[in-house]
Amino acid sequence: MGEEIKVIVFKLGTEEYGIEVEKVQTIERLMPITRVPKTYAFVKGVINLRGVVIPVIDLRGRFNLPEVEPTEQTRIIIVAVNEMQVGFIVDSASDVVDLNSDSIDLPPEVVGGIKAKYLRGVAKLSEDRLLVMLNLAEVLNKSEIVQLEGLEE
Amino acid sequence: MDMNQYLSMFIDESNDHLQSLNENMLQLESSPDDLGIVQVIFRSAHTLKGMAATMGFEDLASLTHQMENVLDLVRNEKLTMQDYIFDTLFKSLDALESMVQDIVQGGEGKADVSSIVASLQAIERGEGAAAASSGSTPVQETSTPAAEGIELDEFQFSVLNQSIAEGHQVVYIQVRLRDDCQLKAVRAYMVFELLERAGEIVKTFPDVQEIEQGEFEQGFSLYFITQKDAGDLQSQILNISEVDTAQVITLDHESLEQMAMRSTAAAETAAGLAAAPESPAVSLQPVKASESVTPAPKPQAKASGTPAPSRTIRVDIERLDVLMNLFSELLIDRSRLEQLAHDAKNQELTDTVEHMSRVSSDLQNIVLKLRMVPVDTVFNRFPRMVRDLAKSLDKKIDLVITGAETELDRTVIDEIGDPLVHLLRNSVDHGIEPTADRIAAGKDETGTVNLRAFHSGNHVFIEIEDDGRGIIRENIIRSAISKGVVTEDQAAAMSDSEAHQLLFAPGFSTAEKISDVSGRGVGLDVVKSKINALGGNVTIYSTPGKGTNFSVQLPLTLSIIAAMLIKMGSEKFAIPLSSIVETGIVKQGQIRTVHGIRMIPFRDSHIPIISLSKVFNISDFDETEEIETEIVVIRKGERLAALAIDDFIGQSEIVLKSLGKYLPAVQGVSGATILGDGQVALILDPNAFIK
Repeated sequence: MGEEIKVIVFKLGTEEYGIEVEKVQTIERLMPITRVPKTYAFVKGVINLRGVVIPVIDLRGRFNLPEVEPTEQTRIIIVAVNEMQVGFIVDSASDVVDLNSDSIDLPPEVVGGIKAKYLRGVAKLSEDRLLVMLNLAEVLNKSEIVQLEGLEE
Repeated sequence: MDMNQYLSMFIDESNDHLQSLNENMLQLESSPDDLGIVQVIFRSAHTLKGMAATMGFEDLASLTHQMENVLDLVRNEKLTMQDYIFDTLFKSLDALESMVQDIVQGGEGKADVSSIVASLQAIERGEGAAAASSGSTPVQETSTPAAEGIELDEFQFSVLNQSIAEGHQVVYIQVRLRDDCQLKAVRAYMVFELLERAGEIVKTFPDVQEIEQGEFEQGFSLYFITQKDAGDLQSQILNISEVDTAQVITLDHESLEQMAMRSTAAAETAAGLAAAPESPAVSLQPVKASESVTPAPKPQAKASGTPAPSRTIRVDIERLDVLMNLFSELLIDRSRLEQLAHDAKNQELTDTVEHMSRVSSDLQNIVLKLRMVPVDTVFNRFPRMVRDLAKSLDKKIDLVITGAETELDRTVIDEIGDPLVHLLRNSVDHGIEPTADRIAAGKDETGTVNLRAFHSGNHVFIEIEDDGRGIIRENIIRSAISKGVVTEDQAAAMSDSEAHQLLFAPGFSTAEKISDVSGRGVGLDVVKSKINALGGNVTIYSTPGKGTNFSVQLPLTLSIIAAMLIKMGSEKFAIPLSSIVETGIVKQGQIRTVHGIRMIPFRDSHIPIISLSKVFNISDFDETEEIETEIVVIRKGERLAALAIDDFIGQSEIVLKSLGKYLPAVQGVSGATILGDGQVALILDPNAFIK
């Protein structure tokens, strides 16, 4: 038997994604972001989260999805991985669900345009509801970003 | 008993004591006759021993115990300090330090100290005794603390006096057993047996019965009539195991009389008990005795000053960091309040906010001061280091420290140690010439390295100056060319001071051969980059043949700086005031293009003008559309440049924040700060704009 885990559910487009709740520090409404010049295109800048300066990245941009204008539902999910604090801009964050880790299946090659290496797996919440679990360590892997940038140039 | 709660206290105090031991040993080395210093050292060692034993660190305790024994001999003038004793004691200190380090890292503080203990014991017993016996002719002995004068009654006195008259030898013997002696009575009995074979014991202190029952401190003394030679007696007594010291003093009429008088007079005169057999001058002794006594009170005052210099408490550094962070938050709110009060135009609110601002700037001073640490905490390990280095290089070097009380922020202090060590090693190794060269050059054979710290404006300067050979331009240039750091043409065009700066170039090391001391391939460039990373600067001044001066400029603090806030369209940036030369306005017509670089006239020369909007890709501002452009003239060392900006907002104290670990270093940005409106503003790194 796998363990029960709590997962924060957020949306990019129509797809639903999940991050383990213990990796999420807080979820904030969109706030003023200070642009940081000469950095990756998907880094939107830095925010002041109660006295701490935190970089914010657009998760759509990170996954090479088309970027959209922010709406009332747009949220910043602040995650902490490997002592790094980073904010993710997502289309909306709505739900917390309980999940059994056994119900997470290996991801298919590509889900909604996101490469499998960024994914931990896919969980079936109900018959017509799939949740894509993110592999945060890979999403925040900088060496890989450096390579990506190098390719684009 | 659970000792863990005392462990951190033990570590702190041990480090303090080790530090003071090191300092005082160095002091003693320069004036080996100052018994006052020995007293201080002895007390430190003793405290350390006690603490270590209580905490159960036995190796630590046993090593300090041995040191204490040696020091005890010195302090009682039974042993004069000599080079090899200093070396052994310094070695012991090193061993102690490494044991304490081990404890800090959670170890048991165990180490193999047997060789050091053995050499200490050799000093204490073999060497120590030899020194004592060879010196027994002009001995000037102060009695051990345990010994009190032996009271002689009239009968005993006349017996002794008569014996002297009859040509017998009358000697006063003082025996001290080792502190760890288990069978005191047995050892005493052995001494008695030995003596009884050689002559007659007239009087002992304490009584014979007490001695036989072991009821005495570590020592006892006696009057003895014999035909044997005093030196023989002494070596025989010392042959008995566990005898620490034995003094055998031959008495004549005068000294006997004097001794008897003294001993009957008072116990305090114990120090005066000493009787130099060959010295007939009675009056000489009190003088000598007082000599050895007077220096004591002085260091005592000093010693009592060191452990408790003022009423202080130890605070965990993390708590101070938290305080600092909280204060930064408050500062941000203060700016916000100021802005709100300004907008609201409510007089009462404005007054209150102004008052709060004043209070908070006082608070800021105090919070910053709390984090200030005297540079002495870094400097204090240098004398020892320089001494060891000088010894290993066979040079004579004086390290003169001034301004050790100058204070710097703890974060700077933590980082500055290694660069300074490097610079000092450099001065000792490369700066100061070998003794022979110095004499040949007509200099004092002892080289001097000055280590100075002082305040100047918002900066602290630390200078390391040697009176060595100085920097020889040709050598540097040759070396730089061969290593491909500069081309010959470039080198020829360089001024002397520019050539000196080559020392800091990456991949440059003048050390012709790699020595143990410096030149391990890690060049001065590491020093420079470290100091630059701290927001400081390092420059070299040198006169060939006269010496070299490395001047390190450091900011007072790293956490709060004064900055100029500027606006670029809708974006705001902060520029550290320390690198701003002036602000001004230029007209488009004044901008000229020279070799493709846009220049503006500034004072008597032309300086490049940099478009910040282009460098940072700012979309809603372009200075080329303006007729007049505001500029900020910034500097990096001697070089200047102008930044074209949109508008000035004003000067402000800002709190430095990092951009977080995720973002890679952004060229031209050194960090971020939070403005009064809660927004983040980036802090420009002017160094990055001047190549």
